[in-house]
Amino acid sequence: MSTAAERVRAALKADDPVNAIEIPEVEARDHSDTCVTIEVARDRLHHALSLLKERAGFEAVSFITAVDRHPATPRFEVVHQLWAPAYGDRVRLRTRLLDDQTSVSSCTDLWSGAAFMERECFDMFGITFDGNPDMRRLLMPEGYGHHPLRKDFPHRGIDPERLYREWDQNRRGEALA
Amino acid sequence: MGSLTPAEGAADSGFLTTKMDALVNWGRKNSLWPMPLGLSCCGIELMAMIGPKFDIARFGAEAARFSPRQCDVMIVAGTLTWKMARAARTVYDQMPEPKWVIAMGVCSSTGGMYDSYAVVQGIDSILPVDVYVPGCPPRPDAVIDALMKLQKQIERESPTRQIMGTDRDQDERGTGTSEYQPNVTVDATDLDHHPHDPRSVRRETAR
Repeated sequence: MSTAAERVRAALKADDPVNAIEIPEVEARDHSDTCVTIEVARDRLHHALSLLKERAGFEAVSFITAVDRHPATPRFEVVHQLWAPAYGDRVRLRTRLLDDQTSVSSCTDLWSGAAFMERECFDMFGITFDGNPDMRRLLMPEGYGHHPLRKDFPHRGIDPERLYREWDQNRRGEALA
Repeated sequence: MGSLTPAEGAADSGFLTTKMDALVNWGRKNSLWPMPLGLSCCGIELMAMIGPKFDIARFGAEAARFSPRQCDVMIVAGTLTWKMARAARTVYDQMPEPKWVIAMGVCSSTGGMYDSYAVVQGIDSILPVDVYVPGCPPRPDAVIDALMKLQKQIERESPTRQIMGTDRDQDERGTGTSEYQPNVTVDATDLDHHPHDPRSVRRETAR
């Protein structure tokens, strides 16, 4: 029975050297034998996900989220966690975004169910996923304009009543007209 | 029928008005149809209250309808988010007059433990609330108590005065002048004025 780290390393040492992903740090964060954490460059993220899905048995995506390191820079990390049902172990991919970047490639072509997780991540952190066909907010109302899980967002919110008051004002205006 | 008593402070209003008020109020308070706006866990207690064990049929309020057009009292049971606030307000506006609102649970009364960007900090900032019920969630007994308090409040209202046009400054509740008119009122920044709402702002505009 191969461990998750072995399967991850085998899968990412792709047979074509052009797309091979450098993985010296694969086991740097191997904090248990059922979950391996690796770091992936932003432009290699989608390729790494597809390799892990096709070659290492990580067939399901558990979650997609982000980490805000504010005020440190670079600020954002995107985290994908995959699950291998046949082996019962997990792999976690951390993708650091550079200073001015707030987008990564979408993996909705690999897992269509990832679309909602990417939408939630966009809603809460403002990170867009290139290739997601429906990059709208998920939880907050459309047009809110802020991203609540960012570290510089106050917990009571920025003008949470605004959209309701605008709607209320329009409604009253229509009722008068 | 013991409740067929004249409204308080109505000694000067004349026989017809007071007896008519008493009759209308008696009918209204004993046939409250709740609009169950169950938004979270309070909705479970609300279902228990409507069900046979607690049985609000004893108060004439068992006919819970999920259509606002047929309802008298909106029971906001649970956490109201700002995203849901539009729907709640629309439901309230669709209810025919006369109508009352019970804020069930601390979430709808004050925001409760959700001191958060997403949650309305008390539904009285968008709706005129008549009775607040504390609790997280309140037991069905507490909501029945609120219903009985609402019945007592309805007893004190003066519907005839407004219908007969003798005192147009009195609102239908008979508790004071009110410019409260859903859908028609108010400059953009004002809250609706409501006589029972301590946070409401009375407009100082000339009529």
